Amino acid sequence: MADLLVYSEKTQTACELAAKGREFAQALGLGVSAAALGEGAAAAAPELGAAGADRVFVSEDPALAGWPADAVAAALAQIAAEAGATVVLLGSTRRGKELAGRLAEKLGAGAVTDVNALELEGGEFVAARYAFGGATIAREKVASDVRVFAIMPKTFSAEGASPGAGTVITPALQLATGMKVVERRAKEGGAVSLDAAPRIVGVGRGFGKKEDLALGEELAAALEAVVGCTKSLADFQWLGEDRIIGLSGAKTSPDLYVGVGISGQVQHTVGVASAKLIAAINKDKEAPIFQMADYGIVGDLYEVVPAVIERLKAV
Amino acid sequence: MDIVVCVKTNPDPQMVRIRNREPVLEAVPYKLGDLDKNALEAAIQVRDAVGGKVVAVTVAETNRKIKETVKEALAMGADEAVIVDDPAAMTLDQAAVATVIAAAVKKLPACDLLLFGEGSSDNYTGQVPSRVAEKLGVPQVGYARKVEAAEGAVRCERSMDEMIETLELPLPAAVTVVSEINEPRIPSLMHIMKAGSKPTQVWTLADIGVDAAALAPKQEVVSNLAEEQDRKHVLFEGAAAEQAAAFVDALVKEGVVGR
Repeated sequence: MADLLVYSEKTQTACELAAKGREFAQALGLGVSAAALGEGAAAAAPELGAAGADRVFVSEDPALAGWPADAVAAALAQIAAEAGATVVLLGSTRRGKELAGRLAEKLGAGAVTDVNALELEGGEFVAARYAFGGATIAREKVASDVRVFAIMPKTFSAEGASPGAGTVITPALQLATGMKVVERRAKEGGAVSLDAAPRIVGVGRGFGKKEDLALGEELAAALEAVVGCTKSLADFQWLGEDRIIGLSGAKTSPDLYVGVGISGQVQHTVGVASAKLIAAINKDKEAPIFQMADYGIVGDLYEVVPAVIERLKAV
Repeated sequence: MDIVVCVKTNPDPQMVRIRNREPVLEAVPYKLGDLDKNALEAAIQVRDAVGGKVVAVTVAETNRKIKETVKEALAMGADEAVIVDDPAAMTLDQAAVATVIAAAVKKLPACDLLLFGEGSSDNYTGQVPSRVAEKLGVPQVGYARKVEAAEGAVRCERSMDEMIETLELPLPAAVTVVSEINEPRIPSLMHIMKAGSKPTQVWTLADIGVDAAALAPKQEVVSNLAEEQDRKHVLFEGAAAEQAAAFVDALVKEGVVGR
C-alpha cells in the first residue's frame, strides 16, 4: 500500500499537514503516515492520529537530537521506504526547509519549498510559492515518482480533522549525524513568534533611529500586536533577525497587519500578503504599500502613530 | 582551509517589472545574490583568520555576462572562480543545479568547507545547499549567523525559534548563512582592477563528467504570474487626529479591534 507521509518538528504544523493530507490521500487512494522524530517525539503520536494519521512512525534515536538535517533526512527516507510513500508533506519552517532539499535528494525527488497553496488538479499536485523575490507566484508540478512539498505553517487547518487509526510504529532506523550540538541556550527576552501572531505591526525605514521604534512598540501594545520589521532594520541591528517579515524571514497570515514607515518593497510584503486586513501608515502617498492596503493613512508617522494610540485607548 | 562559496547570479529582482501580470526580464541586469555576498564575506574572514583559499563556484545558466558578474566575487576577495557554462545547462531546476555544483566541487583539488547563502535572491527555495550536501555526503548547518574555523571542524551559531544553537561539523561540511552574519565588503577600485587577473576557469558539463540526461527536470513551472490583489484601498488624508479617528473606526468596524 502506498502512503502520503507528513512530518514537521512542530506538532501543530504536522497536525495541519496530517489533516489536509488525509483529504488528499482519500482523493488519491493513499493511506496517511506521519513521522514524529527526536527527543519526546512519542508524546505527539496521539495528536497526529487524531489529526488524520493512520500510522505514526516514532523514533527518539539519539542521532535525531537537535534535528540535524542529515539524520532527520535519513530517518524520513527510511520511513518513506517502509511506508511506501509517494508524497511527502513537510512543514516549511526553517528546519523543514533545510530538510526538504536533503530528503528530496535522497529520494531522487523533485521538491517545492515555501508552498503557500497546494491543490490537486486532475489527480496531480500543483504547488504555489513566491518567485522573483515575491513579485510573482509560481505554480509548480513535480514530475518525479516521489514528490516532496514543504508547506508554510498555517496553510492548512487542523480543526475538524477526520481522525486516523494512529497506530504507533517504532521503525528500526540506521542513523548517524555529523552535527554536534555544542550548546543550546534560550534567547534573551524569549521567543518572538510572528508565524502564529494574530496581529502584527511592521516597522520600516520610516523610523529615523533605533530609539524611535518605541513608538512602534507602543502602537503594537495598544493593538495587542507583535512587532515585526523589514530586513533593512535587522541589517541595521535595530531589531533581531527573528523579527524579519518577508522573503528572508517570516511569512505571516495575521488577522491584522499594520505597516508603519514601510514603503512596501515586495521582498517584505510577500510576508504579509495573506493578512486578512492590511493597513499602512506612510508619508509618501505613492508608496507601493498603499496599493496592497485596505486602509491607509498618508502622513508623518511621528504625528499619526501617537494620534492612533490615543484613539485606540478610547475604544 | 580550502573554502568553496557557491554563488548564483540572477536577474536583479528589484529591477523586474510586471506587465499584464507577467514578469518582464528583458534588459534586467544580472547580479550576485545578496546572501551569496554574505557567504563570500564569511569565507574571506575565515580564510584571513586561518589561511587557505576561497573559490567561488557558479553555474552560468542564461547569464551571458557571467564572467563580469562573477568578477564581483573576485573583487571582494575570492582567490579563484569556476564557472560551469554549457548549452545543455541553461535552464535547470534545483536538483540539476546541485548535480552540476557537486560535480564541479569534486573536480576541485580540495574542499574543506562549502558556504552558501540560505537562499537565492530570486526564488529563495533553499534547496541547492542541502542537495549538494547530500550528494557529497557531508554534514550541514543552515542559517548560520557566525562561522569560525575550529580544529578539523567548523563551528557555527544560529538562531532557531526560541533557542540560540552553537553547532560543530567535522570537515568537509556545508554551511548556509543569513544576512545577519556580516556586512559584505564593497570592493575598492584597486581590488576591482586586480580581479580581472585572478584565475577564472570555465568548465563544460563534459569537463565535470556530467551527462546532460542527468539534468532532466524533476519539476515543471505551470505558471508564474503576479498576484491579483483584492484590497479596499481606503486612504485617509488630513490632520493626524482626524485620520487616526477614521482609521481606528474602520478597524473597529472590521472587528479587528475593540472586542
